Amino acid sequence: MRKVAIIGAGPAGIEAASILARNGIQVSLFEKSETPLKNLQDKAFLFPNFQAAQEIVDDLSGKLLADGITSVFGVEITDVRWQGTEWKLTDIKGQTYVTDSVLIATGYQVFDAHRKEELGYGIYKGVITSLDMEQMIKHGKITNANGDEPKRVTFLQCVGSRDEKSGNHYCSKICCVTAVKQAIEVRKQLPKCDSSVFYMDLRMWGQGFEEMYRTAQEKYGVSFVRGRISEAAATFDGRVQLKSEDTLMGLPLKMTTDLLVLMVGMEPSCGTKLLGKSCDVNGDYGFIKTVNPHLYDNETSRPGLFAAGTCKRPMSISDSINDARSAALAIQEYLDSLKNEN
Amino acid sequence: MNKFGFAIKTPRSENMDKVSLERYHQLLNREPSFKRCFQCGCCSATCSARQFTEFSIRRIHTSFRRGEYDGLTDELRKCMLCGKCTLVCPRGVNLRSVIINMRQILDETK
Repeated sequence: MRKVAIIGAGPAGIEAASILARNGIQVSLFEKSETPLKNLQDKAFLFPNFQAAQEIVDDLSGKLLADGITSVFGVEITDVRWQGTEWKLTDIKGQTYVTDSVLIATGYQVFDAHRKEELGYGIYKGVITSLDMEQMIKHGKITNANGDEPKRVTFLQCVGSRDEKSGNHYCSKICCVTAVKQAIEVRKQLPKCDSSVFYMDLRMWGQGFEEMYRTAQEKYGVSFVRGRISEAAATFDGRVQLKSEDTLMGLPLKMTTDLLVLMVGMEPSCGTKLLGKSCDVNGDYGFIKTVNPHLYDNETSRPGLFAAGTCKRPMSISDSINDARSAALAIQEYLDSLKNEN
Repeated sequence: MNKFGFAIKTPRSENMDKVSLERYHQLLNREPSFKRCFQCGCCSATCSARQFTEFSIRRIHTSFRRGEYDGLTDELRKCMLCGKCTLVCPRGVNLRSVIINMRQILDETK
C-alpha cells in the first residue's frame, strides 16, 4: 500500500488526507500543534455567507476520523529529504518517518503588526488586529480599551501587505473582504457604533463579495474612506487619533476612534519557510514555489513533493480546500505512475 | 447665468491627447522609485506643511504625472524637505528626491 505524509492539519491538509484515505492510500498527518485547524478556530464567521467557522471546523474534524488516516499531533517536522527511493521526514526530536510522497500544507501566519510601529499596535490599547477583532466578534463582545462599548470602530487595510517597508509587496487577498465582513458584524452587534474602512483599493474578487460590499453600504451604513492611515496616536482619554489623507477629497483627515483595527496580511508560516528551504522549493517571500501556477500548481520541482493551500500564497478557506482536492488528485496520479514503473 | 458672459471658455478637462509628458518621463529617469506610487496619500497625510496650508505633495506629484505644470514651481517652494513623506511611503518612493528633481526639471525647462 502506498503511503503519503501530509504536513499541517489545516483545511488543506485535512481535506487532502480525507480524499487520499478514501481512495485507499495510507495517510500520516503531522501537525505541530496539539489540535488541528488552529487558524480556523480563531474565526467567528466566514465571508461571504456569514457561515459559522465552527461548522467548517466540525466538518473537517469529522473527516480526520476516517479509516486510513493516522494523525500525529504535537510533532513538528523539521526536515524532508529524498532518499533515492523514498522520502524521509525528520521531526524536531530526531524521529524519522518514510513515505512515498509528501504534501506540504503548512499554511500561513499573520503579519506581526508590531513591525508597523507608526500604527501603534502593542503601544496603544485601542489599536488591535483583525484577529483580535474576530475574537471579539466570536464572543459577541466588542469593547474598547476600557472595556466599554465603542462609539467608533475604524478598519485599516493593507497592514503588512502591499508595503515596501515590511518587505511584502504582494496583496494578501483576503483582508479587503474580511474588513467588510467585520465592519458589518460591528454594525450588527452595535447598531449605534460608527464603522469605517480606510482602503486604497477594495478588491472584491470572489463570488458574492461585491454584493457584500454593497450590503455594507446600503444596509449597514459602513463608511469607506479612500486613503491609507499613516500614523496613529493616543488621546488623553485612551482613544486613538489617526491621520490619513482623504485622497478623494484631496484633504488631510484627522479622526478619533475607539478601536483601530489593523487588517494584518498573510505571511508564510515558520514551518512553510523552514520546509521550503529544507526541500529547496522556497519561492518569493518564503512561500512554496510550484512548477507552474496555471498548469502544475500542486507539483513542486521535486518529484513526489506536493504543496497545497496557503503555504503557496494567500488564499481563502474555500480556495485552500479546493486546492487540497486538486493536490490529492495530483498525488494519486504520481503514486499510480510509481505502480506502473515497478 | 449672466456670470458666464460672452467670452469663449477653454475647457477645464485634462486633455491627455495634447499633454506633453516629457518632463514627467525625465523625472522617472532621475528618480525611478516614483514609478511605484499608487496614490494612497500617506505622504500628504503625514506632511507638516499640509496640516496648515493648501500645500499637497500628493496633488503636486499627481499634477506632474498628468503633465499639468502650472503653478507647481511656487507650490514646490513650500516644501521644507523634512522627509517624513519618504519615511511613511509604503511603496518606498524616495519622495524627497522626487521633490528636488521636480524643482530642478521645472527650473531647467522654464
